[in-house]
Formats: sequence, C-alpha cells, structure tokens
Amino acid sequence: MTIESGLGTVANYVDERTGAAAWMKKNLQKVFPDHWSFLLGEVALYSFVILLLSGTFLTFWFDPSQREVIYDGGYAPLSGLKMSAAYASTLHISFEVRGGLLMRQVHHWAALIFMSAIVAHLLRVFFTGAFRKPREGNWIIGVGLLTLGIVEGFLGYSLPDDLLSGTGIRIAEAIIQALPVVGSYLSYFAFGGAFPGESFIPRIYTVHVLLLPGAFLALITVHLMLVWYQKHTQYPGPGRTEKNVVGYPLMPTYMAKAGGFFFIVFGVIAFLSAVASINPIWLYGPYTPGQISAGSQPDWYMGWLDGLVRMAPPLETHALGHTISWNILIPGLIIPGILFTGMALYPFIESWITGDKREHHLLDRPRNAPNRTALGAMSLTFMLVALINGGNDIIATHFSLSINQIMWFTRFGVLILPPIAFVVTKRLCLSLQRADRDLVLHGRETGRLLRLPHGEFVEVHEPISPEKAYLLTAHEQAPALELPAVDGHGVKRAGALRNKLRSRMSVANAEAIPKVSATELKEIEHH
Amino acid sequence: MSNEIEAIKDPGLPAHIHRKADHDPAAANRAERQVAILFGISALGTLLLIVSYIFVPQDLFFFIPVMGNQNAHQLGLGLGMAISLFFIGMGAIHWAKTLMPDTEVVAQRHEFRSPDADRKEFVDAVKSGATASGLGRRSLIKKSLGAALGLSALSPLLLLRDLGPSPKQDFQKTSWKSGTYLVTDPGNRRIKAADLEVGAVAQVLPEIADPEHRKLSDIGKDAVLLIRLRPQEFNLTPTKMAMTHDGIIAFSKICSHMGCAVALYEQQTKHLLCPCHQSTFDVTRGAKVIFGPAARPLPQLNISVDGEGYLVAREPFSEPVGPSFWERNSQ
Amino acid sequence: MLLILALLAIGTTFSIASATTTAQTTTADRTAQIEEGRQIFLKGCASCHGLNLEGGGIAPSLIGVGAASVDFQVGTGRMPLADMSAQAMRKAPLYDATETAALAAYVASTAPGPKVPSDSVLNYERDGSTAAGGELFRNNCAMCHNFAGQGGALSQGKYAPTLMGVDPKYIYEAMITGPQSMPVFSDKTITPAEKLSIIKWIKTAEKEPNLGGASLGRVGPVTEGLLGWILGLGLLIGVAVWLAMKAR
Repeated sequence: MTIESGLGTVANYVDERTGAAAWMKKNLQKVFPDHWSFLLGEVALYSFVILLLSGTFLTFWFDPSQREVIYDGGYAPLSGLKMSAAYASTLHISFEVRGGLLMRQVHHWAALIFMSAIVAHLLRVFFTGAFRKPREGNWIIGVGLLTLGIVEGFLGYSLPDDLLSGTGIRIAEAIIQALPVVGSYLSYFAFGGAFPGESFIPRIYTVHVLLLPGAFLALITVHLMLVWYQKHTQYPGPGRTEKNVVGYPLMPTYMAKAGGFFFIVFGVIAFLSAVASINPIWLYGPYTPGQISAGSQPDWYMGWLDGLVRMAPPLETHALGHTISWNILIPGLIIPGILFTGMALYPFIESWITGDKREHHLLDRPRNAPNRTALGAMSLTFMLVALINGGNDIIATHFSLSINQIMWFTRFGVLILPPIAFVVTKRLCLSLQRADRDLVLHGRETGRLLRLPHGEFVEVHEPISPEKAYLLTAHEQAPALELPAVDGHGVKRAGALRNKLRSRMSVANAEAIPKVSATELKEIEHH
Repeated sequence: MSNEIEAIKDPGLPAHIHRKADHDPAAANRAERQVAILFGISALGTLLLIVSYIFVPQDLFFFIPVMGNQNAHQLGLGLGMAISLFFIGMGAIHWAKTLMPDTEVVAQRHEFRSPDADRKEFVDAVKSGATASGLGRRSLIKKSLGAALGLSALSPLLLLRDLGPSPKQDFQKTSWKSGTYLVTDPGNRRIKAADLEVGAVAQVLPEIADPEHRKLSDIGKDAVLLIRLRPQEFNLTPTKMAMTHDGIIAFSKICSHMGCAVALYEQQTKHLLCPCHQSTFDVTRGAKVIFGPAARPLPQLNISVDGEGYLVAREPFSEPVGPSFWERNSQ
Repeated sequence: MLLILALLAIGTTFSIASATTTAQTTTADRTAQIEEGRQIFLKGCASCHGLNLEGGGIAPSLIGVGAASVDFQVGTGRMPLADMSAQAMRKAPLYDATETAALAAYVASTAPGPKVPSDSVLNYERDGSTAAGGELFRNNCAMCHNFAGQGGALSQGKYAPTLMGVDPKYIYEAMITGPQSMPVFSDKTITPAEKLSIIKWIKTAEKEPNLGGASLGRVGPVTEGLLGWILGLGLLIGVAVWLAMKAR
C-alpha cells in the first residue's frame, strides 16, 4: 500500500463521518505570507504550549499547601528548618526528582520568553498598523492576553512560597488593602484572614493551573481563528495588494516551517534551561514576613509596575477617620489602568483621528506613519524608564551609582523623556521618508565617481529597480480631515471643540514627505 | 496631492528565482543529506538526555570556563533536550527552504461583508424570531425574567462570603501588650538593655507561650526592630522620647508603605532603608520618612525594662502597624 | 625523690616560660608594639582621626573601637581611605600584618574595646550549624547583603559589600564592631556560636556550585530578564530571519 492510498483510507474514514474533505481541501492550500516578524506571535504561541507541557509535569510533584513542615530532604543548608509544604515540594522537585530542576527552569524560562514574545509581537503589530479594521477585535484580545500573562506569571512564580516571591505577594496584598471602602475586606477574603495566612497559595494554584490556562486557551483559539479567517496581513511590495495574499501554502511548506519552528522555540528554551540558572529558590529561603533580601524585584514584565511604585511621591490623604493611599493606588492601579485601556482602545482612537474606516490588509512601513510610530516610541520610553527604576538598586550596586539619584532621574525622566522620544522619532521617520524619496528620484549612490568631459565630477547613481520603486511609494498619504468649525451658514457646529481637537490631531497625523509620483519620475528621467 | 498625480505602477510579482536544488539533482541530494545530518544530530541529543538521566550521578560537578562549576547530570539532561529539539526544527526548516516548493502563491481575499440579501434575511430572521418569542410585547415576562436572572447572579457572590473572615478590629491589634517581653528572632531569648551596645540592632518578637509554633500571620504584624543610639542623638517630642529607654528605640519592622520588613539600618546616618521601594526613615526623628514613597513613619513601640533589666513593652502599639487601609484613622 | 622534684621543677618552669611566649608577648614586647603602632598612627591616621584618636569632622573617634575594628578596617584595606566618597572600599591593604597588629594594639591600649578573635574562637566548621546560620543570615544580614551575600545598595551611593571571598575573621570582626554603615551585632543578641553559624553558612554558599547552570550573579530576576530578552528572544529572532530567507 503506498502512502497516498494509505492516507486515502484514513481521510475517507474521517470524511464519511464528518464531511471534513470539503473544508480541509480549501485550508490545506491556505496561503501564509512569509516574513520573520510574523513569527513573533508564533514564539508566544509555542511558548504557551511548552508552558502547558512543563507545567503539567510540575503538578505531578508540587504540593500547593502552606501547612508547615520540617525539611528533611537533600539540601543541607535548609535541613531541619520550618517551611511550607509548597516550598518543600519545590525543593524536592529541584534536588531529588531527576529532570525536576530542568523542567522547573524550562517552565520559568518559557514564561519569560512567552512574555517577551508577546511584547515584541505587540510592538510589531502596532508599528505596522496591523490592528486596523478588520483586526480591532484581535488587538483587544491580544491586550487581554498580555494582561492575563502578567498575572499568570506573577501567580506562577509565587507558588513556591520563597522569600522573594512571598515579598511580591505582600506587595500585592498591600495594593488590595489600599482599595477604598472594600480593601481590608477583599484582603481578608483573598487570604482567608490576615496575611500571609494559609489559604493563598492553594487558591492561586487553582487560578494558575485551571482558570487562567482555560482563559488563555479560549482567547488564543479565538485569536488564531480570527487570523485564519481574516487571513494574515502582508508587507507592501510588488504584486501585493489589499485584495490578495502572497505567500506559501499551508501544506507542505508552511506546515514544515511553522512546525519546525515549534521545535526551535522548545530547543532554545531548553538550551537556556541547561546553561542558565533561574529562580534558585533554595538560595532565597522559605517566606516569612520578618525577612527581606536586598535587591528584591518582581520578574521583568512587572518591573515597570515596581518602578512606578518606587518613584511615586508619598501621597496619602487622611480625612474623616479614613485613609486613601494615593502613593499606592496611582502607580499601582490608576496609571496602569489608563495605559492598558488606552492601548486596548487605540485602533478606535486612530480611526477617529484619521477618519479612515476602510479595511487594511497591507501593513505600514513604520516610517510612513510617523505619528503612530512616534506615539509607540513615546509609550515604550515611558515603560523603559519605569522598568529601569524597578531595578534601581541592582543598577546602583553594579554601576556604583546612588539609588536616590537614579530615583530622581526617573521621576523627572518619566515625564520629560517620552515627549522627547516622540519628537525625535517623528523627525526620524520624516527623514527616512525624505531618504526614500531621494532614492526613488535619484537612484542608489554607487560610490563611483565619474569625470565629465568638461571637468565636473559626479557620483554615479544607479536607478533602483521598479520593484523597489514601487515598494517605496506604495503607501497611502491621506490628507488631514476637513472638519470646519462652522457650517455653510456660519453657524457653529455641534461638537465643535471635539472636532477642533480631532482636526488638530489629524493634521499632525498627516504630516509627511510627499511620495514620488510617476509624473515626477518621468520628469527626472528626462533631466 | 498625490492622489491626483499618477502613482508609480505595480510591476507585479518579481520573477521566480530557482534554487540550486530545483534544477540540480546533486544539489537536491546534498540538501537531503544536510537535512538527514540535522535530524541525526537531534538523535544524538536524545541519546545524551537518556544517558544523563540513567547513568550520570546527580552529584558530579566539573568546571567550565565562564560558567564555573556545573552539574554534569543537569547539563547533560538540559543540553540533550535542547539539541534533540532544536535540530528537529533545523532539519524541518532546512527541508522546507531547500526542497519544498517555494514558488510564491497568490490567493484572493474575499470581502467580509455579507451580500445584502443575506444581511436582510438575517435581520428578518432575528426580527421574526424576536416577535415570535413575544418578549417585546409581553413586558411582564421581560420584567420578571430580568428580576429572576439578576437575583440568581447574586447567589455565586454570596457563596464566596466564607472565603475569609471579616477583618473587624484585626488591623488595629498585634500580640504586643503591656508587659510583653522582647525576645530575639530567631532564638526567642529575652534581651537586657545592657546587652545592646551603642550602634547595635536586634530583630525582635514578642514573647509568647508557645514560641515553637509562632504563626507567620502574627510575625507579619509583631516583628519589631530594636536600635540603640546615644540618648542625646534623638530629636523627638517628649512623648516619643519617653517611649525609648536609655537610647534604645523600638519600631515596627513592617513598612508603613507596602509591608516589607524594614530592617536595613545605616549606623552612621541613623537611617532605616526599606529594600522594596527605597523608603528611607530617620530613626533620630522617630522613623520620619525622608525619602521614597512611604507616607507615614514607622509606629514606635513604648519600651522599658523590668526589675532585672530585661526589655519589656509598656503598652500595645498606639496605631495600626503595616500598610494603610481605608479604615485607618491617622493623626 | 630529689630527681622527681628536679624534673617537676624543670617541667613547670619550662611550661610557664613557653606559656608566656604563646600568650601574646611579654610586657616589654607589648609596649614596643604599642609604640610602633602609635608611630604608624601619627604618620598615617592622625591627620583625619586626630592626634589623640578623638576624631573630628571628617573621621570618627577611635576611642573604644577596639583592636577588632582596626584589624578589620586596616586588614581589608578599607583604611586609609582611598577617597572621601560615600563608601570605604575594600582594597589591597597598605600595612602588613605586623603593622596592622601594632596599630590595633595601640588603639586598644587607649580604651577597652572588642578584641581580635583568635583562631580557636573561629572554628566555624566545628562550632557552627549551616542551617541555623542560614536562618540567622536571612533574618539579620540578607536585607543589606542580599540573600546570597552578593551585596546590596544602601542610600546615597553607599553599599553593603559582597561577602564572597572574605576571611572568616573579618566577617566576625565586622559583626562585632559594626564598620561604617553596618550596625553592631551584640554577642547577647547574636551569640558567638550563632555568629559562627552565620560564617559557616556564608562559606557554604560561597562554595556551593550553581545547580541549574551559570549563576547570572545570584541577584534575582533583573539579570534573568535581561538574559531572556538578549539571548532567548535574540536567538529566536535570528532563527526566524534565517527561516524566512530564500534558500540559494
């Protein structure tokens, strides 16, 4: 029996029961555009699968209980000490279970790669404008996945109940406690009483192992289904239009590349887990609220939150027998809330500014959307400054600086540096547009000098290929919105203030170096 | 401007460039061999994993430059796994790149918007279904349905009530009472005032009946830091000064910001630094906040000595310890 | 009988004589050492610490700091100060062991203070407990020196230095004298046996190899995150670029 007829029998069996051939025939030939930046989302997806696999392994040995045990395992420096069963079981996994420490490290490195890939993927989608219609929903799902990922990671590394992660839980409890009116009640409900109590680790275990992975599976499925159904976006270029997809079919090329990439991601994570130690909880010691280590930080994806909390001014209001801790609520909840809400709503904000309600399947080269790119750079700068402050004590010890100076630098920096980043990035984008224009009009500088008969030296320019010329001019340059404040009869329009804001932003957004037209190109040729 | 003037035309997909393996069978065979070698390396990796798991002892260490002493068992397992996975991927990708078809295919996108006829049918179906249900017309059903669903949504919330007790007055209380002895942490030994030199600190807990089974939740409120200065170095109100004893001052160790242990004492500056968010407290002025996000000084414990010179608390803390909360009534 | 008496006499005299030679020096040697220390002090330390050890604006008084303080500060090279920055740095000592001992003797002679611990006191392998030491370390030391003794930041550019590669004697002396920003840990609140347990734990941590791979500094999530982005995502993007490139 040949492979073909063998497959035929199986396919026949399935098709007679499900009618699968009809939709399979189309989907096996589905076209996927090929660009390395489209693999960032795949890194996140595969990391998630690896998290599920390695996490399941760990659950076979981990004991999510805070009941007190006396350690009698193989790690001598903790011998005879009191600790929770969660901590003791994590020690057991690390020291006695063969492959246990490796899988713990795979799980934690996969989590770090998962979050890095989500952020990198988000940046790619943002800077190329892939969130525009019809993909606004997928963008919101993505922001949701990012948020859930941050929570899931925090809960995950808190499960071993070690000194470092326990300190993180203390911080989280203080945020809950600081909520007006309900804070002390919510804290007691979450912890089953006073902090740290005995209920928190078992409860976050359920959230970390069941509830959030379930939410992830559901959201990721919808996320992928939307990409599948709406088809992936593609970069502009020769032969690519808003109405087609150019790439490789699912079977066999894309399947092999994407399938192979899963093994690459798993392999790189395993490599990191082999050569780099991560989360050595036996060195941290078991958690007790009376202890603390210098240089305590959350994992990087929460570092910006920690940085914001550190730089906050000491604001509290005490009135009528009640206290509101603005120094916790503003950096811990309000600012992140504004940032993430703004991020989620951005597709709608941008379409309001541009007035663009059309579908977009061709991506923007970031330089061709200078306002958006500058806005992204500005947000990124804000996050980076906050992140730096989150590690200010480590930076201080390693670079012989003062934490107080770093703190002041970031307190001002977080307000001053983002607008500077905006202006610099926008100007950079416009300069790049100018360079593109020069390239189309005058061709590539070859570096070869030519001496003309009458003595003049010129540099030889090589005209660029028609493909490249098209790529550099394929983008749209829409004019600013026309929103007059008064109508034809001189009467002030309703919503005039909103329109004024909108048209100002639209003008700023439309600022661009005009691209080369075919007419100009012809004129140059005759020059 | 640019949409009036003619844009540069799309020259169409560039001509397909054939790979060596497309027209040269020798190159194709070479590519196949390369793929096979990559898969072979993966197999070696799996072998390394298996051998390390079964045969390499877990306590064997050897030196690698840059990385230091490494555990042979762990490294074998990890590198074995990494190689075995990575090279399957490399093989598959190399196979796809060199041998599988790489001619770009063009597929058409379809408009998402359904045809008008379908949309009209959809709207009609919904409308007629809604009318048939009678929900719009029968307002009694609508109102009672709303009430029933709304009420039933409350019960899950109610079922969660026993997640934890009400805090009641818990935040106001610690284990410190009038006459409680200060004991070392760890060790649970009573401390005499004379045991502390000027410039010394001690981690302290209240003496309890069963020190072997001290609850972490209690430590989270009871932990106290003892510091000895010279009495003249203090700059305190008379009330606060009376709460010290011969230069020894006691503060709650639980940070008033977010609850980390504030135990980092700088002897020369007499500052306490919390490592979590760098709040800095001046001990000479009653742990007043001089830097960082903390908004309140650390609560001070009123201490004295008994007849034999052992340090005791005179009274409970006069304010709640730890981070702020809504019901906290600060002066 | 006479023989036995004579042997006894010789034996006793001999043990007394040899006892005095092991118990520091004779009084005369001691005075000479103190004088040598005073001379070194006047030349190298008095400009900051005062002619009579009274201290001043830029340096604390040394009256009562004890031989242990001097042995620590001078032995680790912290004193004389390299510059007037926030922190006295550990560096190559300026004075050798004899000179350091002389300085210590001189300072100790002015007022009683903590003594240099002898080797018999420092037998942490025998008298210390690693696990108890770890608990004590995390309770009393980790907040400044970090959970693995790697050091940590204090305010205004000061720092608690790393404890790796430090002589046990200096660790002990630091605990009893409280150098610079470090507080004093009295023998009643942390007993000598507990101090030895702390030293034993520090030495165990120092020798302990990193089980899961290279250590990344033992400072926690900051270096882990950096490596994840640079090496992890970097490698993956590298492979992704190769994946999407056209084969020749």
